[in-house]
Amino acid sequence: MSHNVSPGTQPHETGLDRPLHTPIKRRSFFMYAGATAGATALVLAGCKDDDSNDPSRLDVGSGDGGILNYAYALEQLEAAFYAQVRTSPYYAAAGTPASVKQVFDDLALHEAIHRDFLKAALMANNITPLKDLMPDFSKIDFSSLNGILAAARTFEDTGVAAYNGAGRYLSNNTFLALAGKIVSVEARHAALIRDMITYNSFVSSDVVNTFSPTLPTSATAAYNGEGTASLTPAGSGGNPVAGAERSRKPQDVLNSVNDFLAAGSKLSATSFS
Amino acid sequence: MNLFKLVSDLEQADPEFLDRINPRRRVFQYLGNAGQKVTAAAVPAILASFFNRAYGQGAALPSDVQKVLTLALQLEYLEFHFYNTALGISGLIPTSETAGVTTIRNDEAGHINALRGVLGSNAPAAYLVSDFDYSGGGGTGAGPMATALVPNGLGNTNGALFFAAGQAFSDVGQRAYKGGAPTLNTTATKDILEAALNIHSVEARHNSHFRSVRRAIVANTLGVATAPAVSPYDAAPKSWISLIDNGGPTAPDGSKPASAAYGAGNPAATYPADNNTTQATVNLASGTYTAAAVSEAFDEPLDPTTVQNIALNFTSTAGKAKGLFQQTF
Repeated sequence: MSHNVSPGTQPHETGLDRPLHTPIKRRSFFMYAGATAGATALVLAGCKDDDSNDPSRLDVGSGDGGILNYAYALEQLEAAFYAQVRTSPYYAAAGTPASVKQVFDDLALHEAIHRDFLKAALMANNITPLKDLMPDFSKIDFSSLNGILAAARTFEDTGVAAYNGAGRYLSNNTFLALAGKIVSVEARHAALIRDMITYNSFVSSDVVNTFSPTLPTSATAAYNGEGTASLTPAGSGGNPVAGAERSRKPQDVLNSVNDFLAAGSKLSATSFS
Repeated sequence: MNLFKLVSDLEQADPEFLDRINPRRRVFQYLGNAGQKVTAAAVPAILASFFNRAYGQGAALPSDVQKVLTLALQLEYLEFHFYNTALGISGLIPTSETAGVTTIRNDEAGHINALRGVLGSNAPAAYLVSDFDYSGGGGTGAGPMATALVPNGLGNTNGALFFAAGQAFSDVGQRAYKGGAPTLNTTATKDILEAALNIHSVEARHNSHFRSVRRAIVANTLGVATAPAVSPYDAAPKSWISLIDNGGPTAPDGSKPASAAYGAGNPAATYPADNNTTQATVNLASGTYTAAAVSEAFDEPLDPTTVQNIALNFTSTAGKAKGLFQQTF
């Protein structure tokens, strides 16, 4: 009865995506079997409380195609958000500075370009793109700059963390290079939005693993670093690189981003762990 | 986490992996946390440290990976010493900007730590401030950017030239990381790739901030990120590169010392100039979108040789003698 839905309705020609029907995993069965009132709750040690096996989620697929669709989904969301910003009460208000409107105009253009490009790239590689997703921006306050910037910051920071965490899953270096071209632009967006919210917060500790060096007292002395730093990306549960951003795993990103997607458009990325 | 599968995967990726790690009994001395109380939360980090130890010493790194990371480290030193020097010059950086530049300097120090860590014994000796020539004179000390570190020097009121140089350096940095990422994308170096991506996006954030500062200097509204960008964007740029930003900042002598940072690399087809509008063979500016908007939406990679040629302009005689920015790619 339950199954994970693959993007699109026709079989995939390249074999990059997994089969249309994925057998339900045992854990999921127990989760549903225990749902009736009075049934003994089965506590599954190590089972994460996320939507990854929820049959109502649309899965992005596997392999490079899955990552491209994942990126496409995020860009769809961002493009829709900024499109709505441009028709918002705040944007239309008489006192809104032209320079601020110019920023939102650029952001809207960039995300729409990313979205259209990724869709074209998917199709050029014979991968069925995800459907047009329906956003849910009901939690966002479009009447104030603060409300808009707060949401924008979430989308942009999440987007950067998503691209950074997705790179490792790409085997085709052409796709990795393209992702690299996009992620730095998202980081530019994120930094500006943060500086607009609170000046100088462009790399605050909530997104970057802030490093406080112990520098030699003489400016001409050597700085040899301060010991071996762990390389483990944050998304794997380890300490992120000093002075670097915290990447996130695809499923973790989608768990957050699903809050902004309507029912029927919520996503999963079960192939990437 | 399936530890057995992880070891099995590593063994497939690197047949010598099982020889590289220590025999069972002695492995725990290398976990890096010996003697400390081990909490459940620390276990993944400990295990990761165990696996990183196999690749973290530098000895096992593929040579092309090592070269990319070494170039990245050299660029981090270039930036670190520039910002660190500036912070020590009274009156150079406006008060509203000291905190931001300090943070940027600290991030670069972090990146130095990270890169030295992964290179291990193969990391080059630390580069000194005397290995660089921030005038852009390639060792003469008399290049066009000489007043970037002079408080209220020519073209440097409110640190305008300093921030212009910061923008150019961080743009070269982010393009260099982009150019090097594919080399880091091997089965055995995925953690290194992810770390590099996480550093790369921070460079882009730094760059965005520098651009905001430059707009504010022109508009005389220091401390505000929303000063307007002014076409052709060489003096008061957007927070993103628009076409080629008219060649980047103009030096006091009227030249464009950073133009190569916005130009094409080699081969140009793989490393186009920043005004590129064709992605994956599709010209995205042929319909609704302007060339400027399309060019802004994507940053372009730069090949290591072109990166080095640019950086050599900021390398002193002492630095050149050490082989700084002279690896063969």
